[in-house]
Amino acid sequence: MARVVVDVMLKPEILDPQGQAVQRALPRLGFDGISDVRQGKRFELEVDGPVDEAALARIHDLAESFLANTVIEDFTVRVEEVAEAVK
Amino acid sequence: MTARIGVVTFPGSLDDRDTQRAIRLAGAEPVALWHKDKDLKQVDAVVLCGGFSYGDYLRAGAIARFSPVMEPLLEQARAGLPVLGICNGFQILTEAHLLPGTMLRNNHLHFICRDQKLRVENAETAWTSDYTAGQEIHIPLKNIDGQYVADQRTLDTLESEGRVAFRYLDVNPNGSNNDIAGVTNEAGNVVGLMPHPEHAVEPLIGTGRTDGLPFFTSILKKLVNA
Repeated sequence: MARVVVDVMLKPEILDPQGQAVQRALPRLGFDGISDVRQGKRFELEVDGPVDEAALARIHDLAESFLANTVIEDFTVRVEEVAEAVK
Repeated sequence: MTARIGVVTFPGSLDDRDTQRAIRLAGAEPVALWHKDKDLKQVDAVVLCGGFSYGDYLRAGAIARFSPVMEPLLEQARAGLPVLGICNGFQILTEAHLLPGTMLRNNHLHFICRDQKLRVENAETAWTSDYTAGQEIHIPLKNIDGQYVADQRTLDTLESEGRVAFRYLDVNPNGSNNDIAGVTNEAGNVVGLMPHPEHAVEPLIGTGRTDGLPFFTSILKKLVNA
């Protein structure tokens, strides 16, 4: 089994009020030196079978049509190496 | 003969009964539709009402747009079936790409519930013909994901084609681009807006006026005279 990670982020030109709220809280918590925060979504898809080109193409379609709204969001698709589970 | 107007109930819909009531007050016959219905029971128009759908998980409207009922609805809306999306219904229509743009969280991150002044910008759609262009109305607004955004090209197209149906007046309550409260598709049969006209159809409730009723009388007239 392999894992494919889809990261969805608001496009750079789209205002992210939630990220701004997080950023504004940082100085109060003693974290300095962080000038901007953008908040996004991460999806971890556990894929049955091999993650070949066809599987990635289907996941790309899924991300484009469902996981992300491309009016406001960009997304990336990548395969993540899954470390052997520690018994 | 009167018109039969469907109201879809999704898991989490809040305003289906109010919408049915508004339709009845206008003189049409409301028809309850369920999100799992695979046909539209031969209704003459459909309203997607406010509330939430599927917990608004992922994004408001993102999962609802893949409901069984949406399949015939999309097909018939493209062929001219009048569809009105209110609040969550508007979000569903944008996710389904029947209307352009989308909704983000309000720029101030707060839920708003207030009587909102609007200007009717387009009184030629299936749902707005009983208004006059430029008319100012008061309609309740209640949401947290109400900030309308679209890219500049889409906004320019909407403005130049007169497809901004409603605009916020006095204050922009949520940061929406160009103060947009509602839009229409090119043909004028599909309209979506964030404020709730179904809550402004009787003097006793809402704004104390009946500024929302013309939505429902507009569509009735259109259907009966058709």
